[in-house]
Amino acid sequence: MNYISIKNGESIAVNSVPVLNYQEFYNVFDLLKDHENHCINYFAVNEADTIRLWAMIANDREHTIYVFSSNVAHNSKLKSLTPKYPGMHVYEREIAEVFHLQFEESEWDKPLRFPFNRNNKEQTIEKYPFYSIESHELHEVGVGPIHAGIIEPGHFRFICNGEKVLHLEIQLGYQHRGVESLMIQNQNITYQTKLAESISGDTVIGNTLAFANLIESLNGKSMSTSVEIERAIALELERIAIHTGDLSALCTDVAYQFGTVVFQDLRTIIINTFLQWCGNRFARKLIHPQMNKYPLTQELKEKILNNLAEYESRFNEMAQLMFNIPSVLARFENVGVVTTQQALDMMFVGMAARTSGVERDIRKSHPHGFYQHTAIDPVVLKNGDVKARAQLRYFEIVASLKYIKEWLQLHSSSEKIAHSNNKLMPNSLCLTLVEGWRGELCHVALTDAKGNIMHYKIKDPSLHNWFALALAVRNNDISDFPICNKSFDLSYCGFDL
Amino acid sequence: MLDGLKAFFHHGKRFIPDPTKVSLPESFTGLPKFISTPCLQDCSLCKNVCPTRAITTEPLRLALDSCIFCLECQDACPEHKIRFTNNYKMGTNQYERLQIAEGKENLVCVNPALVRNEIVRLLGRSLKLRLVSAGSCNGCELELNAAGNVNFDMGRYGIEFVASPRHADGLVITGPITENSLASVKLTYEAIPSPNVVILVGACALSGGVFKESLALRREILSELKPDLLVPGCPPHPLTFINAILDLIKTKV
Repeated sequence: MNYISIKNGESIAVNSVPVLNYQEFYNVFDLLKDHENHCINYFAVNEADTIRLWAMIANDREHTIYVFSSNVAHNSKLKSLTPKYPGMHVYEREIAEVFHLQFEESEWDKPLRFPFNRNNKEQTIEKYPFYSIESHELHEVGVGPIHAGIIEPGHFRFICNGEKVLHLEIQLGYQHRGVESLMIQNQNITYQTKLAESISGDTVIGNTLAFANLIESLNGKSMSTSVEIERAIALELERIAIHTGDLSALCTDVAYQFGTVVFQDLRTIIINTFLQWCGNRFARKLIHPQMNKYPLTQELKEKILNNLAEYESRFNEMAQLMFNIPSVLARFENVGVVTTQQALDMMFVGMAARTSGVERDIRKSHPHGFYQHTAIDPVVLKNGDVKARAQLRYFEIVASLKYIKEWLQLHSSSEKIAHSNNKLMPNSLCLTLVEGWRGELCHVALTDAKGNIMHYKIKDPSLHNWFALALAVRNNDISDFPICNKSFDLSYCGFDL
Repeated sequence: MLDGLKAFFHHGKRFIPDPTKVSLPESFTGLPKFISTPCLQDCSLCKNVCPTRAITTEPLRLALDSCIFCLECQDACPEHKIRFTNNYKMGTNQYERLQIAEGKENLVCVNPALVRNEIVRLLGRSLKLRLVSAGSCNGCELELNAAGNVNFDMGRYGIEFVASPRHADGLVITGPITENSLASVKLTYEAIPSPNVVILVGACALSGGVFKESLALRREILSELKPDLLVPGCPPHPLTFINAILDLIKTKV
């Protein structure tokens, strides 16, 4: 076999993963011809004399993940996968930026995020090679890195014909803090958990859950069903909170002020539920590997149910109102369309995939924890426009409210747990996938002979989905850019790491 | 029409009447204090568990600029000496005041003697701010956005975030200041007219936070900027931010 099949959250010995020559390795990617497969991670690790390439392809129907690898020499020139599978561009750009490797025939071999450990220090963020057009009719518009609001930095370069956008190129990297390197620099699990909380401040539960699942798998400590239910509830609460905030922001961008304030206030109810649960509005501290620091007591369960009841009636009223107002719908419909073919080719994940008719939801395809014992029915919409992305949030909130109420019934009491076994299995690889509100998060760790983490890889759904925004605005008016951007609400810091 | 009115009625009034006096639930982790019980001999559990090395012992000090309010020290202390209260007022204008020592928690406030005269004179009733996110995780941005929302409504005090640095009276920095964002911080600072109030928000901006040890940061610029206000937290609660600003601009000289 050219690959080994594993499940989400499974730890395997590093030497059980096949090592192929690059041509064989390249050929395994033909799995991607079948749309049930998509590449969830592809990265490189420095070894003594070589560079080891690791790839993971997930099969959504079989619920398995294929892992394979290849050893290549430093300074190799490798055949690029991007011409055949354009969605692979992000991975190859990421590798080429740090390692002395070159991907030949890649049509888009540009820097990705200008990390501090890039191989070419001459290449700075100010010198990004933008695509440009020489023309008397067309003009370029540059926006950022600092934007007009309370938002993270990124540069957007448009090529326009009058008001119409022909092309958008998005350049990121401003938020690069070196998270993956810090995961290795300090092996203290508490520190690493705090770092996972700060990968992306709007996906605290998503990232800490992926990290906790990974550590618990690597030291063989699984948690009780009650704790798994609590974690699933937290993940769904985070989904509700951020989706509600996004609906508020979408209302702002179409000048529907009443929707803005009502959704703002509704989001407050949900994040204040986290405040009551663990003392932080974004659920920092709540999840910790091998620990259950904030057990869900009877009193808390009642508080959650009360808050949800208050939220639900007002939310349904507001959402129905919003999606029946012609002036709102006129701004949402057929704006920023991403087609199914584009979503498949560019390997979009999460919301960006599901609004373009591609069912990709880790909770169903690669379930972990309590999701293995419950049925999730992903919301899939076909239109791929701003309206679909707004509606998806509405429907997902309704679904998550239902799940939480069901799960609270199944939850029996849980206790504070504090295992202190920090020993990780040596020479192992572990991979975890979690469906955060934005889409699939993927964490991969490799351990060395002493059981220390020697390589840590984080993938935010935004790595793929920023390109969806670039495609969505083509042939749209440039004035619709803000609403397209808001409809994806992608992460800058999750991309830059 | 009728549905709209019904929703309007159900929405009701949502603003906090007085953001300077409201109290947060007991579960909120705010300003820490030390209880007067003595430490165990040679115990440094709190220091050892702190993920951002905010604690030093002998004498016991907790540096609020590094603190991410994770409660690891509170949970580890066998004498229950450290307690995080639900007090959300933590803004100050001196790094020294962020060093929590036993019995000196009430020093964590704005020192009126150090507030620039023109800040109080010109900006007491209207302060427009420009934010630069310099490697932040977006947590601080979420809370700064919330500070202006329907619940907290800091606009009532004339405090607002504006789109252009040319329209701003001050600069708010979040994040540990990455190498890649350094130019943006400098450009924005230079584009803001005087008195150019500089406000650092969150553990990352104050000390580097969990990213302290990162090789991707360039924090030297902070020594040139001379911050006027320091707002601890990870992320700071909207009430922490609003009250810190009010303390600064409403200072009685």
